[in-house]
Amino acid sequence: MDIEQWFYSLPLRLRSFFHPHQVDQELKEELREHLEQQIKENVARGMSPEDARYSALRTLGGITQIEQQCRDAHSGSVLEDLVHDLRYGFRQLCRSPGFSALAILCLTLGIGANAAVFSWVEGILFRPYPAVAHQERLFALAGTARGESGETELSWPDFLDLQRSCTLCEEFFVSKITGSTLSIGDHAETATGSIVSANYFDAIGVRPILGRGFEPGADAGNDSHPVVVISYQLWRNRFKGDPEIIGKMQRFNNVPHTIIGVAPEGFYGTFVGWAMQFWAPASMEETFESGGYKLEDRDARWIEAYVRLKPSVSRSQAQQEISAIAARLETRYPATNRGRGVGVWPLWQTPFNNAGTLLPTLEVMVAVVAFVLLIACANVGNLLLVRSFARRHEMSVRLAIGASRVRLLKQLLTESLILSALGTAGGLLAAYWCRHALVLLLPARSGVAMYLPGEIDGRVMSWSAGICSIVTLIVGLIPAFQTRNLDLAGPLKAESSGVVGARGRAWMRSGLVVFQVCLSFVLLVGAALLLESLEKIRTTSPGFSTTSVVKTGVPLVAAGYDVPRAKVFQDELIDRLSALPGVESAAFAGVTPLGYGTFPSTPIAVDGYQAPLEEQPAIEYNQVSPGYFATLGIPLLSGREFTRTDNENAPLVAIVNRTIVTRYWGDQDPIGRRLQVKGRWARVVGVAADSKYESMRETPRPFFYVPLRQDFVRAPALNIRTNQRLPTILAALVHEVHALDANLALYEMITLQEQVNRSTSPQLVAVTLVSILGGLALLLAGVGLYGVMSYAVAQSTREMGLRMALGAGPANLIRLVISRGLQLTAGGVLFGTAVALALTRLLGKLLYNVSPHDPRVFGSALAVMTMIAISACLLPAWRAARIDPARVLRD
Amino acid sequence: MSKPSDLVQGTLDMLILKILALQPLNGWAISQRLKQISSDVLGVSDGSLYPALHKLEHRGWIRAHWKSSENNRRAKFYSLTGLGRKQLEKETSNWNRVSAAISGIVKLKEA
Repeated sequence: MDIEQWFYSLPLRLRSFFHPHQVDQELKEELREHLEQQIKENVARGMSPEDARYSALRTLGGITQIEQQCRDAHSGSVLEDLVHDLRYGFRQLCRSPGFSALAILCLTLGIGANAAVFSWVEGILFRPYPAVAHQERLFALAGTARGESGETELSWPDFLDLQRSCTLCEEFFVSKITGSTLSIGDHAETATGSIVSANYFDAIGVRPILGRGFEPGADAGNDSHPVVVISYQLWRNRFKGDPEIIGKMQRFNNVPHTIIGVAPEGFYGTFVGWAMQFWAPASMEETFESGGYKLEDRDARWIEAYVRLKPSVSRSQAQQEISAIAARLETRYPATNRGRGVGVWPLWQTPFNNAGTLLPTLEVMVAVVAFVLLIACANVGNLLLVRSFARRHEMSVRLAIGASRVRLLKQLLTESLILSALGTAGGLLAAYWCRHALVLLLPARSGVAMYLPGEIDGRVMSWSAGICSIVTLIVGLIPAFQTRNLDLAGPLKAESSGVVGARGRAWMRSGLVVFQVCLSFVLLVGAALLLESLEKIRTTSPGFSTTSVVKTGVPLVAAGYDVPRAKVFQDELIDRLSALPGVESAAFAGVTPLGYGTFPSTPIAVDGYQAPLEEQPAIEYNQVSPGYFATLGIPLLSGREFTRTDNENAPLVAIVNRTIVTRYWGDQDPIGRRLQVKGRWARVVGVAADSKYESMRETPRPFFYVPLRQDFVRAPALNIRTNQRLPTILAALVHEVHALDANLALYEMITLQEQVNRSTSPQLVAVTLVSILGGLALLLAGVGLYGVMSYAVAQSTREMGLRMALGAGPANLIRLVISRGLQLTAGGVLFGTAVALALTRLLGKLLYNVSPHDPRVFGSALAVMTMIAISACLLPAWRAARIDPARVLRD
Repeated sequence: MSKPSDLVQGTLDMLILKILALQPLNGWAISQRLKQISSDVLGVSDGSLYPALHKLEHRGWIRAHWKSSENNRRAKFYSLTGLGRKQLEKETSNWNRVSAAISGIVKLKEA
C-alpha cells in the first residue's frame, strides 16, 4: 500500500477501530436498503410480499456471511487484530486465575533473576560510575611485570610520562583509594576517599555543586595543596548541608585541609564497591598513604589510573601506543622499569577494585540466570500445554468455523506475550528492589560506605524486552506445536477418557520435565561445587592463627609523628601491651596478610642462584617487628625470629619462607645465605612456614620478611595475640595508647578471622547467589514434575481404578507413580550430568581445591534431586492411591 | 458461498470501477447496472458485491458518502477517487492487452 492509499484508508481503519458499532450499523443499513429495493422490485414483478422477501434474501445470499466478509475487508490491520487478541487473551487468563498467577510468577522469577543480574553487570561492570561522562571510552591502566601474572599499580612519574606522550587518549587521571580519620567536633571517625590528579573532576566531567574542583598543579609538590572536595553525603550528614562550607578547614588525618568543593548528589567517585567521601590532590599523598613521599619515586607503584580514549580509538590501538611508551621508559629507566609494561583494561576488568573480584561471579551468574529462565519457560510451557489440552475443544471449534491456523498461532502468541510482558514488568520491579542487594551479601566494615548498585537503564530495559520476546516465542510455540496436529473431528466428538496411551501425547510434557530436571541438576551441581569450595576455603588454614589474634593500627603518620618519635612510641606500646594480663604477645607488621593493603615488592638477587637475564624476580615482603611470628602463629622451620637488636644499626637480616628456600637453594640449609633486597644484601636468619598472603586461594609463593626497624614504616598494623574478648582487649589497648598520647585514635579492630572472612567474601557472594538461584531452579523443577505427575494421574484415573479392581493395592499405585516420576528425573539427571561435566569447569576461577568433576558433589546433587523428585510425586501418588475403583469403573 | 467463480478475479473490481466512473451510485443501483451491462452473463451475485465495494473503499479507489436516494431514504453512495481512476486506467489497459492476447490464441486455426 502506498502513501496515497493510506490517505484514504487510514480514516476508515481508525473509524472501524474506534467506532466498530457505528460501522457495523451502517453496514447493516446498507444491506437492508439493498434488500428492500429487491423486495420492492419483486413485488412489482407480481410476487406476493412473502415470496418477494424470501426470494430477495435468496438472491442476496446469507446476510451474516456478507457482513462478515465486509468486516474482513475492513480489518486485516495488525493493530486491530492485536488489540482484539489482547482483549481475548486477557479474558482467557482471567478465566483461570490460578494458572495465570502461577505462570506469571514463574516468569517473574525467571525474568527478574535475569534483569537483576544484568542490572548488576551494568551497574558494576559496564557503567560503574554514576555521573561520570563517556564511560564507554573509559579504561583502567595497570602495570604488568614480565614473567609474572597479576597487575601492579603505577608510579606517579610513569603516569606523568604516559600522560605527556600518549596521543590517542583524551584524558588521563588518577584515583587512588585511601582512608582517613576525620574528626568533627569531639569525635573522630574514618572515611574513605581518593587521592586524585588535579584534572580529576574535569576529566570525568563532574562539576562540584558548591565551590570548584582542583586547580592545575594541585597535584605537584609535597604537601603543597591541603585542599579537599567532599562528597554530597559527607556534606549532608557530617556538615549538615552547611551552605557556607566552602573555605572552611577540616582535619583529615589530623592535617588541616580547606574544603574547596562539594561533589554533586549521585556521584560516588571512581571505585567499584565503595562510595568515596572525599577527594584530595596527589600532592597530599604523604598525609594519606604510608611509605613516605612517592611522587618522585619511579619505583613506588601505588596509583590507580584511568584513561579516556579519543572517540573511535580502539583499545588495542591505545594499548599499542601505551606499550610503546612503556618500552621507551624501560630503556630510559632500566633500574626501575626493567620488565615493566602498562596494560589498558576495560572497566569491567579493572584489576584494582571490586570489578575484578566480582567479575568471575557475575560471569557465572549470567549463565546461571539463563538456566533459571529456561527452567521457568519450560514450566510455563508445560502449564500452557495442559491448558491447550483443555482448550482443544475451543481450538477445534475455531478452526471448524474458519479461523486460519496462522490466526490461532497469533492468538496463542498473544496470550504468551501477555504472560511474559507481565512477567517482565514484575521482573524489572524485582530487579529494581534487588539493585542494592549485593552490598548486603558483603561483610560490612566500619568507615566504608559500600556501594554496589544495580543500574536499570535503557540497555537493561532493552535486554529485558529482548528476553521477554524470546520467552513469548518459546512459551507460545510450545502449545502451538501441540495444535499443529489438532484434528478437527476428534475433540468435537465425546472426550474419551485417558488410558495408558495418554503417555503418547504427553511426550512433550515429559520432555520438558526432563529438560527442567537436567538444567536444575546442573545448577545444583554448580551450587554444591561452590559450597564445597567455600567450605574448603573456610577450613583451609591460612598458615597463621585467626581466632585469638586481633589487628588494628595507630595512625601515627596522621598524628604527625616523625620517624624517631614513632620508633619510641612503637617500642613503648609493645612493652606495655606485653605486660597486660591476657596478652600473649604483640607485634607490628607493615601489612597484615589477607587485608586490603598491598605488600611492598622488590627485585631480589640470591646467593648461589643465577636468574635468567630478562627475568628479574620481584618478590613481595613484609616489614615485621620482633615477635611477629609468635603473635600470628606462623611456625618458624629453622633459625630465629627477629629481635630488638635487629635494628637500624645492626647488619641487615631477613627471614624467608619455605617456597624461597626450595626455589633458590634446593635442600641446602639457607641460614646464613644472603638475599639482595633493594640493592643491599641481607643475611637469612630464619625460615618461616608458607602461609597465605593476599588471597586464600593463592598457591604457595615466595615471600620474605625484614625487620621493621631496618625498613621502617611509621604506621604499621598492630597484631595482638590474646585470650581476651575483642571489646576487652580494645578497651585495654585504648587505655595504653592514651597513656602514651591522649590525642591518638585507633583504626578499626577486628580479629584475623574477620579479616579472612572479608577476603573470601567474593566466594561467599557467589555461593549465596548461586544457592539462591539453584534453590529457585529446584523449586521450579519440582513444581514442573508435580504438575506433570498429577496431570498424568488425573488422566489415567480409569487405568488406576482398573488396576485396583484387579488387585493392585495402594502401595503398588504409589510405587507406580513415583517410579514414573523417578524415570523422568533419571532422564534429566543423566543429561544434566553430561551438561554439568562439560560446564562446571567454567566455574574454574571460583573453585578452590575442588575438582569441577568432584564425584562426591555430583553424588550429593543426585541425592537432593531424587528427594525433590520423590516429594514432588508424593501428592499425585497419594491421590492415585485414594482412587475409588468402584466409582471410576462405574463412570 | 457466493464467490463469482466463473468471473476472472479482479474483473469484478474493474467493472465496479468502470460503472462508478460514469456516475456515483448506491449499492443497489450498482448491482442493477452490473446486471444490465453484462446481460447477466457474468452472473455476479449481489452477495459478492458488497465485500468487493468495502474492499475497494479500503484501498482508496472509491469513496462513500451517505445521501438521500430517489425515494428520499438515506443510502450509501459510492464514487470514484482519483486513485481509483488511475487504477481503472491501469486495469483497463491490462485487460485489453490480456484479452487481445487470449483472443488471438483462441482464434488460431489449427494448422
